[in-house]
Amino acid sequence: MSDQEQKKRSDGGDSGEETKGDDGAGQKKIAKRGEELKEEMDTLIDEIDEVLEENAEEFVKNYVQRGGE
Amino acid sequence: MQRRIYGVETEYGIIFTPEGRKTLPVEKAIRFLFEKLITTEHFLNVFLENGARFYQDTGCHPEYATPECASPRDLVIYDRAGERILEDLQHYAEEKIREERVAGKLSIFKNNTDFVGNSYGCHENYLVDRDVDFYYLAEQLIPFLVTRQIYAGAGKVFQTQEGIHYCVSQRAQHIYQKISGTTTNDRSIINTRDEPHADREKYRRLHVIVGDSNMSEYTNFLKLSTCAIVLQMIEDNFINKDFTLRHPVKAIKDISYDTTCKRKLRLENGREYSPIEIQREYCEMAKRYIEQYPVSDQLKEGVEKWEHVLDCLDDDPDRLDTKIDWVIKRKLLRSYIQKHNISWHDPRVFMIDLQYHDIRTDRGFFYLLERKGQAERLFTDAEIEKAKTEPPQDTRARMRGDFIKLARQNNIQYDLDWSNIRLGNLLNVRVICNNPFETDTEKVTELVRTIQRTNLRRTSLSKLVIQS
Repeated sequence: MSDQEQKKRSDGGDSGEETKGDDGAGQKKIAKRGEELKEEMDTLIDEIDEVLEENAEEFVKNYVQRGGE
Repeated sequence: MQRRIYGVETEYGIIFTPEGRKTLPVEKAIRFLFEKLITTEHFLNVFLENGARFYQDTGCHPEYATPECASPRDLVIYDRAGERILEDLQHYAEEKIREERVAGKLSIFKNNTDFVGNSYGCHENYLVDRDVDFYYLAEQLIPFLVTRQIYAGAGKVFQTQEGIHYCVSQRAQHIYQKISGTTTNDRSIINTRDEPHADREKYRRLHVIVGDSNMSEYTNFLKLSTCAIVLQMIEDNFINKDFTLRHPVKAIKDISYDTTCKRKLRLENGREYSPIEIQREYCEMAKRYIEQYPVSDQLKEGVEKWEHVLDCLDDDPDRLDTKIDWVIKRKLLRSYIQKHNISWHDPRVFMIDLQYHDIRTDRGFFYLLERKGQAERLFTDAEIEKAKTEPPQDTRARMRGDFIKLARQNNIQYDLDWSNIRLGNLLNVRVICNNPFETDTEKVTELVRTIQRTNLRRTSLSKLVIQS
């Protein structure tokens, strides 16, 4: 195995993609976005109930597959 | 290898739920799925215009194998195109079932488990250098594959003796070996099946069968691009640390059970690392590697996302609730449980777990989340739609896909596998393409023209073989 020296790099600007945006934006924005997301989730759950398999218990019990690979 | 061929095979779960006395055996439902596709090829095994293969696999599962792709992005797009192709076929099959006057519903799931302990797989294939010793490669790769579920897992609600438990991975509970030759019993992390569908002297196939089927484009891309960069590092002998786990098979289950991703695992050398820490070590090596070696932009993008995801997992996995399948699904379950004030034992919880993977865009919960902007996308619907009929332009799949279109237009009889095309009325003209990087469709077009001119019914071209 070739010896790859571990160069300690001073970590400049190559941090992860979205982390930069989070830093300066401030907590308020995040909290507001959080509330919006919660509302969206509520609406979403209503929609989930519309298409959720009606007889969940029966369906799950009957969902038996033959083993594949 | 800087240029690599990739492929993913996905086995789907399928069930017909009758409404009334009359039912339909699953074998018949699958036949209806295939009916629209059957042309001149063998029944229940068809190559498609996009170069992919669709067939019935062990245990009566419809299975879709992507065409040969030359990049992780293409691979995710073609894997998703498979979902859409299957959805189209499902609509067609449902019509047929109605015509048979059987009332009920057909459901198809892109997941890996039922609720009584059966599993069906999602297999990744990577073309690797024959020069690299397989067991060396496997040993280097296994600690990575065991721990990557923290960002590649699809999540699963398990009923255990201690109660309900939410696990990171669907597949982890069904893995019993490190390396083996079988796929149905004693499933392993890496399977030794070595069918490169290419020059065997140069290449071998790495067949990874430990992964979950992914719904999220982000998760799928991360799973495939990180594995590709680790492989490239192994091929270049760049990995200089040993993470051999003392009990890799036990570790895979332990990690799946630990949604903090921080519980320590013992290495063979006695040291202890958490799954995040092991992944971090691989990721740090990859960051150094991409500075020193030529690496594709996509793999660089993969490394960037990898680091970001590990940072989030370290801080709080919930930060990934739009990116990583197991976290997206858990958020949905938690919100549902909270809103309806029900317990984790409620059958609806198991149903949501399942329906997250439903491939019908109007019923599948993953797609619903995606439409609501709660699951991050990397690709557009247009890209996926195109991939349903157009093969990748930079691999052998292009020759196959173009050939299929041409042969169908001209009513030429043919038979295919990954590296052979047989055509003519007696299937006596054979084109061999052993190079998966070959894209020259001229040869195939020319051949089809020749056949049209000669009229094989009268001229007996005995075993014309064209080596590509």
